[in-house]
Amino acid sequence: MIFEYRNKKITGVLTIVPKNIRTFDEEMENYKADKARTKRLKKVMGYEQHRMFDDSVCVSDLAVFGMEYLFQNGLLKKDEIDALILVTQSPDYFMPATSNIVHGRLGLSENVFCVDINQGCAGFLVGLIQAFSLLEQPSVNKVALINADVLTRKVSKADRNSYPLAGDAASITIVESSSEENLIQGEIRMDGSRADMLIIPAGGFRTPCSAETAIMREDEEGNSRSLDNLVMGGREVFYFVQTEVPKLINDLFDRIKTSKEEIDWWMFHQPNKFMVDKLAEALSVPYEKMPSNIVTYFGNASGVTIPTNLCFNLGEKLERETYKICFAGFGVGLTWGAMVMDVGKLGFCRLVEW
Amino acid sequence: MKTISNILAEIRPEFDFSESNDFFEDGYLDSFDLITLVSMLDKEYGIKIKGTDIVPENFCNMVAIRNLLKGYGVKDDI
Repeated sequence: MIFEYRNKKITGVLTIVPKNIRTFDEEMENYKADKARTKRLKKVMGYEQHRMFDDSVCVSDLAVFGMEYLFQNGLLKKDEIDALILVTQSPDYFMPATSNIVHGRLGLSENVFCVDINQGCAGFLVGLIQAFSLLEQPSVNKVALINADVLTRKVSKADRNSYPLAGDAASITIVESSSEENLIQGEIRMDGSRADMLIIPAGGFRTPCSAETAIMREDEEGNSRSLDNLVMGGREVFYFVQTEVPKLINDLFDRIKTSKEEIDWWMFHQPNKFMVDKLAEALSVPYEKMPSNIVTYFGNASGVTIPTNLCFNLGEKLERETYKICFAGFGVGLTWGAMVMDVGKLGFCRLVEW
Repeated sequence: MKTISNILAEIRPEFDFSESNDFFEDGYLDSFDLITLVSMLDKEYGIKIKGTDIVPENFCNMVAIRNLLKGYGVKDDI
C-alpha cells in the first residue's frame, strides 16, 4: 500500500525501558555452541546486553506508567487525547483489548477511541498509519500511539538464535493534526504466505498451550525451544530483509522524487547490528546516519526499537531541531514498510527506566 | 593477508575444511558461523558482501567462496 498524509506530525516520543539488565556474557552458558564462536558472534551482531521486565509486568502496566508520566510532567493532558492505539504482540488478555484496559485504568473519556493492533517489528509504522488515518476525522486532533511488548518471556533462554537479541520496552508517540503541510510519504507491503517465518506456534486457539507444547526440543544448530516459544527462521528472515527492504525503499524514493542525500537520519527497526549495517551498505547510506546500537544496549523490543532509536540516539536534538527522517520497519507477518517525514521541535523526546 | 583457509580455521579450528565439499551439510559451519565468516571476509579483504549474497550456496565450499570473492574484485590466489 502506498500512502501519503498531510497536516499531521509527531509532537512527542517517550520510551520506557526496563531497569533489569542481563549481559550476553552471563547468558553465554545457556547456549550450546563453544564460547569462542559465541564471543565472535557477540561482536558481529552487537550483542552486549538486553533488558527485560519482571514476569509480573504486563503491557497495560507499561502503558499506564508512561501515560501517567506524561500527565504528571505536564507533557500531555488527559482530556486532549482523542484516540489510543496500542500495538503489541503480548496483550494482557485475549479479550478484552489491552487498549481498553489502559483506557479504564487512566479514566479516559468515553469519547476516546481505543484499538489494539497485533503487529511486531513494523508496528511503529503500522501504528503511525492508523494514527494518521484517524486524524483525517475532524473530531480527532491528538492520538496516543503506544507500542509495547514484553516478549522476552516467550523466548527460550537456550535459543542462541533469538534470546540474545530479545528485549522488552514500551513507547508512547503523540501524533497530532498540524496547520503546517508536513508531507508524509511511505509504502508498506505484506506477505502472509511467509507468516510462519516468525511465529509463536502454540498459545492461540489453533494450538493451545499444553504439556505437549511445553516440551523442549533441540534444532540442528543446538538451540532448544518448545512450541510455546518464539521461533524465528534466522537465515530466511535475514534474506527476506536484505532482499525486500532495499527494494521497497528504492521504489519509494524513486516515486517521491527524493534523493537519499536529503535524509538526515535513517531510523530503522533493529534486529541486530549486522543486519542493519548490511542494509546501510545496500542503500549506500553512511553507517553513522543509520544507528545500529539499540540491540547492543536494550535488545530488540519489536515495534519499540524505532522510538527507542529516536529517544536514545537523537533525544534532545529532536526537541531543538527538525530532521528529515526515513523510518523503516520489517518483520513478523511478514510486513515491511518505510516512511519519509520531517520530525522535530518535539515537546519531548526522552527515555525513562522502569 | 589471511587466506580463506586461515579465516575458516579461526572460526572452526577443529575441522579440516579441505576435506568437505559442503561445509553446512557436513556440520562444519552453521548460520551463525556464516555471519562471522562474512564479517571476517569483509574486514580482511576490504569489501562489503551484499546481504543478498549471504546465502549458504555462496559459502558451502572453497570454490564457491573464491568465486563469490572474485565478483568483489578479490584475487583468486587466496
